[in-house]
Amino acid sequence: MESLKSNQKNKIKARFRSKRKYNDWMWAYIMIAPLMVGIMYFYFIAFFQNFFFSFTDLNAFGKWSFIGIANYVKILKDPTVWQAFKNTAFFTIVSVPISICLALFVANLLNSKIKGRVIYRTLFFLPVVTMPAAVAMIWRWLFSGDFGIINYFLKMISIEGPSWLNDPKYAIFTVIIVAIWSSVGYNMVLFLAGLQGISPTYYEAATIDGANSFTIFFKITLPLLTPTIFFVLIISLISTFQVFDLILMMITDTSVALEQTQSIVYLFYKNAFVYGDRGYATAISIILFFVILIVTIAQIKYHSKWVTYDV
Amino acid sequence: MKKSLLKISVLVVSVLMILTFSLAAATTAAEKKVTLTYSIWDSKQLPSMETIANNFTELYPNITIKVELTPWAQYWMKLDTSITAGGGPDVFWMNVFMPKYASNGVILPIDDKIEADNIDLGNYPEALVELYNYDGKQYALPKDFDTIGLWYNKMLFDAAGIKYPDETWDWNTVTDAAKKLTDTSKGIYGIAARRTGQEGYYNTIAQAGGFVLSPDKKTSGYDKPETIAGLKFWIDLIEAGVSPTIQQMTDTSPVSLFESGKVAMLYDGSWMAIEYGKTNEYTKDKVDVAVLPKGVKQAVIIHGLGYCINAKTKNPEEAWLFVQYLGGKEAAVVQAETGTVIPAFKGTQELWVESMPSLNLKVFIDMLSYSVPLAGSINTPKWWDVETKYFTQAWTGKISIEDAAKQVATEMNALLSAE
Repeated sequence: MESLKSNQKNKIKARFRSKRKYNDWMWAYIMIAPLMVGIMYFYFIAFFQNFFFSFTDLNAFGKWSFIGIANYVKILKDPTVWQAFKNTAFFTIVSVPISICLALFVANLLNSKIKGRVIYRTLFFLPVVTMPAAVAMIWRWLFSGDFGIINYFLKMISIEGPSWLNDPKYAIFTVIIVAIWSSVGYNMVLFLAGLQGISPTYYEAATIDGANSFTIFFKITLPLLTPTIFFVLIISLISTFQVFDLILMMITDTSVALEQTQSIVYLFYKNAFVYGDRGYATAISIILFFVILIVTIAQIKYHSKWVTYDV
Repeated sequence: MKKSLLKISVLVVSVLMILTFSLAAATTAAEKKVTLTYSIWDSKQLPSMETIANNFTELYPNITIKVELTPWAQYWMKLDTSITAGGGPDVFWMNVFMPKYASNGVILPIDDKIEADNIDLGNYPEALVELYNYDGKQYALPKDFDTIGLWYNKMLFDAAGIKYPDETWDWNTVTDAAKKLTDTSKGIYGIAARRTGQEGYYNTIAQAGGFVLSPDKKTSGYDKPETIAGLKFWIDLIEAGVSPTIQQMTDTSPVSLFESGKVAMLYDGSWMAIEYGKTNEYTKDKVDVAVLPKGVKQAVIIHGLGYCINAKTKNPEEAWLFVQYLGGKEAAVVQAETGTVIPAFKGTQELWVESMPSLNLKVFIDMLSYSVPLAGSINTPKWWDVETKYFTQAWTGKISIEDAAKQVATEMNALLSAE
């Protein structure tokens, strides 16, 4: 008698529990539905649409016809695309490590209880939240060959400053400097979060054992920070490979330096919107996608070799 | 009781219905309210365009014009994207890029409308009407025209003791003057050898007897010796040290250099008249303009804007009414009086000349007799970029101008045959 009753009760409870769970799931999906629709349409579907159009000769007004892999063959033979890949690779290989190292250094300094560290953190983060157009304009003025402030100060210590933005040899370094300046703040914030995730007991133990700050940094902080460094490295590489707005706004489109500075995404923009060759442009973007994909997969595959998770 | 109530209600309803229908009929008899979007790119011409739009609405109260200003750098991208999306402005400015739009069928041919409303195309310079004709169909009414003049800094000329340029000047005269005006200790150059076509070397190419694009738009003229001679004029000026280098001119635009007294002479368009003659504090009392110095012969590049109708406009009749008005005499007079551009409509140019008596603007009209239209094909932006690529190297001295020109000819011919 009792067991029957409790069985019935259990069944009712079970039904009630699974109904609640079902409700939870349903509401969860409803809540994320608007975002999912957006992502589905603007990212997934758009990506496959792009992939499709890379096999056509889509023009500025939406007319297209199938041309198979002709775009990709053209890319292989196009020296401008190869040069842009070289430019982008150079830009990434130089700016990402420097930005990460600087951000690490600054984050470490601002992690200690020094006076005014909130102000410093804000100052370092300001470039990240400043409009790229404003950033480019000001830096462009500072770097101006004949009338810029940087060359003016260099003249005062009798150095003839180069044409920062229009000399093919220097232009890419100028863009790299501005890119590092605008990204250090963001990486710094991520590293600060990572630093604060390190348990202070490690530091206490180390100081008791008499370790100096260098040993502490290299033997304790850095290894325990490697998960954060790994994350920052992945997202930095992905976004730096896609550099575009800095180059568009700092280098004039008729500048001598453009060929040695333009990035892949800049070339995509030029082909799609200036020339109207949207089929060719999408093929360029698909190749960039695969390059970034391969780099990211390689990073993930080999990360266990240098990333130490909670010891 | 019920029957009479029924009868009365039927009566009331029918009266109401008659009233409603007659009101509806009355509204359809009056024209429907239409708003047209009108896209332009020159902020200096925004006031005159809005005046013209307001005058038009006074004539046709049911049509309102929304003037949209998009800066030049974004104009074409925005236009292409909005047209592809099925929208786009109803009426918009067009220039030498017209073949691309005509060949893709996104602008409306207006031959039938021109005939129906008896528009006399003889009211516009022939070169302009032809510029907006593609494959035998007319796609736009000419708006204005512009030519290129030799702008010069009178103060610098007086300081060097040189007579002002006039119609006797030729390539040798201008080179000599540039040499006398250059003072590197003060950072002043005689002339700016701009690496641009319309304001620069297209003119000298024509003056040397060469051409950029063949009349049938199928071959490039860059491998012809006369064309190369026209280009070499500017290289010689740079090598003589009388012009800023191309790097200097990319860091600081030739216009800025001219407006700060660092360059004494500048080939520039008639569209700069308001800037040099009124707006710019430095130039407005110091500069004047002369006809271009002649080469083997006299020549100048003429270009002009046109008014196009979007092929997908929802209001083609109203759009045509507006374009007709824009291309007519009243609109031309407004443009002339504000001095913004030289209107294309015959007989209104004198007003533009008189709008700024301090400048010798007459020279721009005088040059009409030997003007050569600005060259354009479907792929114009692509071969403009080819020009930029190779001529920039020639301007820096990295390659010879002959090699650069021959390279440009090869690549340009490939692009033209792909059209």
